[in-house]
Amino acid sequence: MAQNATTVNQPQNATAASWTSMATIAPIAGWLFPGLGHFIQRRWIRGLLLMLAVCTMFFAGLGMQGKVYSFNVGDLLDILGFIGDLGSGLLYFLARVMNWGGGNIHRAVADYGTKYIVVAGLLNVIAAIDAHHIAIGKKP
Amino acid sequence: MTFELSHYNAALLFALCASTVFGITQRSTPRDMLKYAAYCFALFAGGVIVAAWVMWFIKH
Repeated sequence: MAQNATTVNQPQNATAASWTSMATIAPIAGWLFPGLGHFIQRRWIRGLLLMLAVCTMFFAGLGMQGKVYSFNVGDLLDILGFIGDLGSGLLYFLARVMNWGGGNIHRAVADYGTKYIVVAGLLNVIAAIDAHHIAIGKKP
Repeated sequence: MTFELSHYNAALLFALCASTVFGITQRSTPRDMLKYAAYCFALFAGGVIVAAWVMWFIKH
């Protein structure tokens, strides 16, 4: 009887192990690059649309000469801006390495660009959480 | 590289991208995703137009 119970439980444990690893990997991948968390779960169209939406917002923000926040401990809004920007994952680090996003206080649209970049990061976090929900089976 | 957009076009691009993400992440089936994305886009775009008229009436 005990042997039967062990035999029956083995596949469940195996499933639980893969379930846990994907539930961890998917949101991290989704955060690192927009849509990647969906791609690795074979949600190709959703991943592509998320990638297009987030990347369009991020690069449109840079094109409007928006500001990319660096780490700071000054003004509260600057700290929140940094946290929002960080949501874009590798796009944020690419922008920092390439020295993009210096901002331009002489253009009104540049302020929109700054908001675009922050919101792109926040939307990417939502997409990464969605990838986690797919991985744990909460969403098809 | 600079990107020239009018304020209204910037708002529409914002609405398009945000509603795409909202639609995909907040609903489960493709049909519901499309409907919710369209609903969010209509609210974003409609909100901009309503806010613009409110500001016009305040000014005049």
